[in-house]
Amino acid sequence: MNLSPKFDAAAATAEVGRAVAHDSAARHVSGSAPYIDDMREPAGTVHLAPGHAEVAKGKIAGMDLSAVKAAPGVIAVLTASDIPGINDCSPAMGDDPILADGEVHFHGQVVFAVVAETRDQARRAAKLGKIMIDAAAPAVTVEDGEATGETVLPPYEFLRGTPDEEMDKAEHTVTGTIRIGGQEHFYLEGQVAMSVPGEGGEMLVYSSTQHPGEVQHCVAKMLGQSDATVVCECRRMGGAFGGKESQAAQWAALSALAARVTGRPAKMRLDRDDDMIMTGKRHDMRADYRVALDARGVVSAVDMNFASRCGYSADLSLGVNDRTLFHADNAYFYPHARIASQRIRTNTVSNTAFRGFGGPQGMVCAERMMDQIAILMDADPLTIRKRNFYARGRDVTPYGLKLEDNIMAALVRELEKTSEYKTRRRDIARFNKKSKVLKKGIALTPVKFGISFTLKHLNQAGALVHVYTDGSVQVNHGGTEMGQGLYIKVAQVVAEEFGIPVATVKITATTTEKVPNAAPTAASSGSDINGMAAKRAAGAIRDRMADLAAKLHQAKKSDVRFAGGKVYAGNAEMSFAELAKECFLDRISLSSTGFYSTPKITWDRNTATGRPFLYFAYGASCSEVTVDTLTGEMRINRVDIVHDVGRSLNPAIDIGQIEGGFVQGMGWLTTEELVYDDQGLLRTHAPSTYKIPTCSDVPEDFRVNLWASKGNRENTIYRSKAVGEPPLMLATSVFSAITMAIASLNKGVVPPLDAPATPEAIMRAVNAMKVEG
Amino acid sequence: MTIRSSIRFRYRGETVELSNVGPMDTLLDWLRLDRGAMGTKEGCGEGDCGACTLAIGSLRDGHIVYEPVNACIQLLGMVDGKEIITVDDLAWGGKLHPVQSAMVDTHGSQCGFCTPGFVMSLFTLYHQGGPVDRRTVNDHIAGNLCRCTGYRPIADAALATCLGQPNDAWSARVGEATSHLADLDDDADVFVGSDAVFFAAPASEDALAALYLRHPDATLVGGATDVGLWITKQLHTLPKIIHTGRIKSLHRVAEGVDGLTIGAAATYAEAESALGGIDPDIAEMLRRLGSKQVRASGTVGGNIANGSPIGDSPPVLIVLDARLHLRRGDTERDIALEDFFIDYGKQDRSASEFVVRISVPRLADDQVFRCYKISKRFDQDISALLGAFRFTVKGGKIRDARIAYGGMAAIPKRALAAESALQGIRLKDSNAWQKALAALQQDFQPIDDMRASARYRMETAKALLTKALIEAAGEVSNRTRVVGTRGGELESVA
Ligand SMILES: Cc1cc2nc3c(=O)[nH]c(=O)nc-3n(C[C@H](O)[C@H](O)[C@H](O)COP(=O)(O)OP(=O)(O)OC[C@H]3O[C@@H](n4cnc5c(N)ncnc54)[C@H](O)[C@@H]3O)c2cc1C
Ligand code: FES
Ligand code: FES
Repeated sequence: MNLSPKFDAAAATAEVGRAVAHDSAARHVSGSAPYIDDMREPAGTVHLAPGHAEVAKGKIAGMDLSAVKAAPGVIAVLTASDIPGINDCSPAMGDDPILADGEVHFHGQVVFAVVAETRDQARRAAKLGKIMIDAAAPAVTVEDGEATGETVLPPYEFLRGTPDEEMDKAEHTVTGTIRIGGQEHFYLEGQVAMSVPGEGGEMLVYSSTQHPGEVQHCVAKMLGQSDATVVCECRRMGGAFGGKESQAAQWAALSALAARVTGRPAKMRLDRDDDMIMTGKRHDMRADYRVALDARGVVSAVDMNFASRCGYSADLSLGVNDRTLFHADNAYFYPHARIASQRIRTNTVSNTAFRGFGGPQGMVCAERMMDQIAILMDADPLTIRKRNFYARGRDVTPYGLKLEDNIMAALVRELEKTSEYKTRRRDIARFNKKSKVLKKGIALTPVKFGISFTLKHLNQAGALVHVYTDGSVQVNHGGTEMGQGLYIKVAQVVAEEFGIPVATVKITATTTEKVPNAAPTAASSGSDINGMAAKRAAGAIRDRMADLAAKLHQAKKSDVRFAGGKVYAGNAEMSFAELAKECFLDRISLSSTGFYSTPKITWDRNTATGRPFLYFAYGASCSEVTVDTLTGEMRINRVDIVHDVGRSLNPAIDIGQIEGGFVQGMGWLTTEELVYDDQGLLRTHAPSTYKIPTCSDVPEDFRVNLWASKGNRENTIYRSKAVGEPPLMLATSVFSAITMAIASLNKGVVPPLDAPATPEAIMRAVNAMKVEG
Repeated sequence: MTIRSSIRFRYRGETVELSNVGPMDTLLDWLRLDRGAMGTKEGCGEGDCGACTLAIGSLRDGHIVYEPVNACIQLLGMVDGKEIITVDDLAWGGKLHPVQSAMVDTHGSQCGFCTPGFVMSLFTLYHQGGPVDRRTVNDHIAGNLCRCTGYRPIADAALATCLGQPNDAWSARVGEATSHLADLDDDADVFVGSDAVFFAAPASEDALAALYLRHPDATLVGGATDVGLWITKQLHTLPKIIHTGRIKSLHRVAEGVDGLTIGAAATYAEAESALGGIDPDIAEMLRRLGSKQVRASGTVGGNIANGSPIGDSPPVLIVLDARLHLRRGDTERDIALEDFFIDYGKQDRSASEFVVRISVPRLADDQVFRCYKISKRFDQDISALLGAFRFTVKGGKIRDARIAYGGMAAIPKRALAAESALQGIRLKDSNAWQKALAALQQDFQPIDDMRASARYRMETAKALLTKALIEAAGEVSNRTRVVGTRGGELESVA
């Protein structure tokens, strides 16, 4: 393992770029970092548990909740009619009832909520509810949904040139289908919220959410009162990964409703099984494609269609499925292209944001196309990939963006060398000739991921910085901390601005009271936009402080420097704290907000024109696997990664994101399988049946390096790049390596491997090789 | 015999005595809800994520042993006589414990929610007295899920600290801690509650037999790695719990020349070296059975008694011709293990009858044994199927074959047709294997579920028999397996 990140050491920053530990690290390891369920409950706190029907679709004919009400400890049973305001927790479309009203659209939809003295009492009582449903046949699979013709949103596509004509005249065309599974977030801390009622209708909501502003808004709407009467606070989440972007609102709303109805503080923490049944997941898709190419395997046209299981409502499906289209090119130039998506309605939980936000599905399909071309041509897939890379003159994406920062070729060249791809590929071919049962495969795949919200208005952030007269600094911003290290990165930025040690910057919980109307912490944009907003806030204060320092010491303002906890003005020096004190005495404000809106974003979805992304993050990975062709078991032998984070704000945090993202992607493509039965019941609703990677699944030989970047071409915060989502997609190399291992069984035959590549999926592909042969 | 109507254990340097313990109270709820000790987290409530891991110290042969336990499914009463250490109390004198500092240094926490559990798992590894390699670390933290880090920094923290002799506040006070536990080690029968609602932990087989005769409706509990979930997940009401863990004779694992006997309350941790000593594949099966936490509490007896069709040890023990010793009141009997399993949810066990011990013959010199576990994930996953094989080979011919599978039927079951098809064939005659492979279709009609389809199960049952035969015929296992290769072979797979 090689952990020494290569980053630009020449940069003259004291705190930014340093591998500072996560701000809560010492508390994490001591168990003293409180999550919402660990907070001292106010006296009299009541607890909620959700109740749902055992069918996936139907009209609610009646309910008998008498046994629930009579159960020990029960205080109230909430149903839709108890909601004073609007019964909706959707992020936009108004189609997600907090409590089902009249109809049930998926198995696990909450129909009532029990409020009891203890959580155990609430859970046990919830079991006693009888919900009578006139059941109808549910649409469970994508194909069921296609048959009903129902969608949650209209289809959307990118069309460039004349793909159909190109297909007709091409030397070769290949077609294929790949099924790409969904993914459960499995944040270790489940959904949880606690609401504390206050005077005059005020409601203080503690929520484990990536989007406090939306929780605030949802609760206010539900209570029928103004946003200003509701505060939402989140200090930290025990993981989120997109699963607490829109999905946190419902539980917060229910807890607030219980608080309103009982007048007591109310907490709702979902049991793991309920959490997995009731909250959305990554969209699973069926991708059908046709590719036209020349004799060298260079693509001239693609026709790709993504049929996406959206579940019963729109949720964030618009942005998610758009991003699939934005990344169906991955790193490849498609001169002519139709890239389309169908947003299919099914009677399953509404699928939602998940790290990569639809992008990974697009990329997996692109990489399958490359593998397929290579297998059919008996070529090295890496050669085919390189031939199809974006390059000068071939640098406009299907949605019209001209790539300005493309470093893919150089990055892949480096990884190809450091991973010894060529030699190992040769050795593997030799191994496979001799080995009967076990087959190895290797693959090197690229990732290019667009950074910015494709919903333009979300590309904004606010921050609030205070300096106190003792020189201590408090920072707040609209971004939330879910483990990704956003808080420490922003603190580093603020420390840098003031020239003080990061340890003296006090990080505080995200609350709608300090920064209003903040965007969700999503789209990897957290440190880009909140870091910039905080820098501006701190910069404004520093500017005023510098003015005074210059005045006090008759120095030029441009000669005032902040460094090492001191302020230098001309020949004079004073401590940061002394200057803060002087500012106070001179009646100079030591507090400032900061605001940032991402520049250059001009995307117009209706016309499919303009620029959706400020820049791209790049990376590549090389994975080697061994497959047991008798059983379908698979082991990853080695992984090499080079990933581009621009000029890293914190290499330790960034490496953590890369490794963690890779492993999460690896789980998605290998062991993590969501199984619904034909009645629409999710059968894998606990860690006993839904298997995320464990330590032994991660190869011991795991080499992760940061790309030696001179910095982001765009003027981002200290020229860094976003790192939250892109690394997840590095795991496509694992999937491709498995494909190559299976492909070795029968030359020229493309293994019909679907994701996730469970032992069973691998065996299906292995068996298909025998048949074809 | 004396009866004690309270439970006693060591916590935070004190002896805690509780006389008001509900049979369904969990250790995790006691910590979080009663004591307000919030360091230990709940991630799943079913023993699968490890967020609730804490360390339990018990005396074994007079020495204190720290083992990781899932507090979410540990019944509070089960900790009688033990020491509980949680993450809240690991930092000593204002200084982080070495495993805690290492986790900070390696950036081993991101969201931090899994971290307390990892820290406690590493604490127990630290006290095993290393040195450790990555494989040992993998095994030790297989029961701890982390969704953020990708594990590498956590493994590094373990490799950096678990080097040898422990040197911390606990090793410094080991004498004191040992004597406290010795003081708690009485031979009283614990009975907390009333005749209608109680937690009981008798200290002898006789007391257990008598109590169970009086309360045939009571639920026996070994390690509660099944029963715990009935409470936390299925929300069953279990008013009467009888825990077998205090009965020393039931913990005994006796190794003889011809075989071993395993007391019904022996945990996997207690039984694994003896049982795994029979064959490396059994050691590997045990390594992959649950997690360190599950094996620290769970018992072989419970794995059999629960009658599950997907339990890992029954097919193996059936193939080895194990016998089960049962007792009701004063009456003991013993039966072949395979006869115990009658049908789904139905075993040859009458009311008030309990498992006393299991006796397991060793392999003879002319016997080849193999077993393979198939699951979506290698570590800590329930088997989609498991195949166990014992071939008795004389003069190149299979004289006798015993084959059993889990996950292929409503019970762990022998493949009688396949066995007889192998009778007398030449081991290396792969054409002759075909009849046996085909016969598996008469033996089993597996089902579809979320772990695997019927088709995959059948096809893989054949693959496992094939693999066992290939290996028995002489192929080295690093050419036939990606995981769990048997020791002493030429080249490694990776
Ligand atoms: C996270 C997790 C992972 C697991 N992984 C595996 C796995 O990989 N493979 C596997 O096979 N199992 C697995 N299990 C299941 C379980 O751990 C085993 O079945 C275990 O052996 C049960 O033992 P126990 O002592 O904990 O049983 P308990 O929960 O205490 O009892 C189980 C059953 O046996 C009965 N019982 C207990 N002792 C006796 C006795 N002396 N006489 C009669 N009846 C008795 C109980 O009444 C109950 O019906 C897993 C469980 C968990 C929670
Ligand atoms: S909470 Fe997951 S194992 Fe206990
Ligand atoms: S640090 Fe988040 S789950 Fe491990």
